[in-house]
Amino acid sequence: MTPLLQVEGIAKMYGARIGCTDVSFDLFPGEVMGVVGESGSGKSTLLNCLAGHLQPDAGAVCFDTRAEGLRDTVTMSEPERRMLSRTDWAFVHQHARDGLRMNVSAGGNVGERLMAVNARHYGEIRDKAIDWLGRVEISADRIDDRPTAFSGGMQQRLQIARNLVTGPRLVFMDEPTGGLDVSVQARLLDLLRGLVREMGLSAIIVTHDLAVVRLLADRLMVMKDGHVIESGLTDQVLDDPQHAYTQLLVSSVLQV
Amino acid sequence: MSDYNFAYLDEQTKRMIRRAILKGLAIPGYQVPFASREMPMPYGWGTGGVQVSAAVLTPEDRFKVIDQGADDTTNAVSIRRFFEKTAGVAVTEATTEASVIQTRHRIPELPLREDQILVYQVPIPEPLRFLEPSEVETRKMHSLEEYGLMHVKLYEDISQHGAIATAYAYPVKVEGRYVMDPSPIPKFDNPKLEMAGIQLFGAGREQRIYAVPPYTQVVSLDFDDYPFEPTKADHACDLCGATESYLDELIMDDAGGRMFMCSDTDYCGARRAAGHLGAQGAPLAEDAA
Repeated sequence: MTPLLQVEGIAKMYGARIGCTDVSFDLFPGEVMGVVGESGSGKSTLLNCLAGHLQPDAGAVCFDTRAEGLRDTVTMSEPERRMLSRTDWAFVHQHARDGLRMNVSAGGNVGERLMAVNARHYGEIRDKAIDWLGRVEISADRIDDRPTAFSGGMQQRLQIARNLVTGPRLVFMDEPTGGLDVSVQARLLDLLRGLVREMGLSAIIVTHDLAVVRLLADRLMVMKDGHVIESGLTDQVLDDPQHAYTQLLVSSVLQV
Repeated sequence: MSDYNFAYLDEQTKRMIRRAILKGLAIPGYQVPFASREMPMPYGWGTGGVQVSAAVLTPEDRFKVIDQGADDTTNAVSIRRFFEKTAGVAVTEATTEASVIQTRHRIPELPLREDQILVYQVPIPEPLRFLEPSEVETRKMHSLEEYGLMHVKLYEDISQHGAIATAYAYPVKVEGRYVMDPSPIPKFDNPKLEMAGIQLFGAGREQRIYAVPPYTQVVSLDFDDYPFEPTKADHACDLCGATESYLDELIMDDAGGRMFMCSDTDYCGARRAAGHLGAQGAPLAEDAA
């Protein structure tokens, strides 16, 4: 089975300081990978390198494209990479307002990716937007409201709908539940888990919240100071942490 | 006139502007940056159009200026006088007699010929500007032909108003490549953008020149189920009776009285001189206004 994403020796330096270094892994179709670690451990740097937002200093990110099989997205041309990022890839930002157009209605936000790949039939775009708003539990009568009129949780769900409408195969998520209260978090996680399973999505989820990866991720990578210090199946890593830092991380979770 | 170089600008500046114009003609719809000069008028009054006109005018040209279709409004009169004084060129109000026409917000009703140049004054050349504030990003979108965002604007129109409500500065795609702002002309004029004359667009404050060569394909953007429709007031001109021209609405009193008249004054005047008469029109000779 060919991996969907093959990452080899990714490194990114900020001057003399390490952003992340020597990260390698394979991600297979339908698999969800969690990346955990404390602030400044290089999780977001890694994610941005993978998604093409940052140019890594070394390494290769090979994606299994529909037309030509495995291609290195670091060296492919910018138009090709941007095409990937609006068709086969999706990126869910921590802050919904980074991923949404706040002055465009919810329907326009969901429709933008469709129109970017040459959908030119208003009725069909609108039907699809209504369908997707329904899937993320936003009622259809809010379709013409702007995201500024939405609550934080709704904005985050709208961002997810906007990203998934073109049927991507790989979703990058940067702290998707950050800044939401726990009950909203729980519903969002439930929704994400359902969508990931139903659409057979692969995903890379960066978070510092171990509960999120416990629920969503099949595999786990633990990062510290730009290095991957431990990786394995989620339950295995969380229940039997080997590295001292992972042990600290797991034992730091507050029990209610 | 002897105190000024021909057409106000110095020869080096005109060469620089002509280079930008030629590049614009070579890449239809592409916004060419140029070193816009300070002109003796405020930004927003047509500094871009005036610089383009200055660069293309020759002593043999006959010059016409339109402001919202009219030849006799402040902006049109000032710019016409400016070139009368600094270039000494002949001027006219008749569309058919002019070889260079500078315009603001309208395309003349009469079709232009191959030996005519139409110069537009452009306030904001970037059609994507109000959707994407970053110039770096919009340039990248143009170079990679990522125009999905333009349809988001039209989508928003339909979702809010039930139809594409953009009535002026309606975005067009030029020769299947660049999306272009045709300057704030009414969308009624969009079909006329495919013409025999050369069309040059100058934006002084934004320092951009772009162009549409003769017989270039210009398509107004739309949706399959909401096609582009040029619109005008559903009336005939009250002065000359024309039914095919773009109309201005004039409020006559505070009792609901109003009249519609051609926005193109030359077109209307020529029709009245030829004996056409609208519902409220007086014969031309008695018309005091």
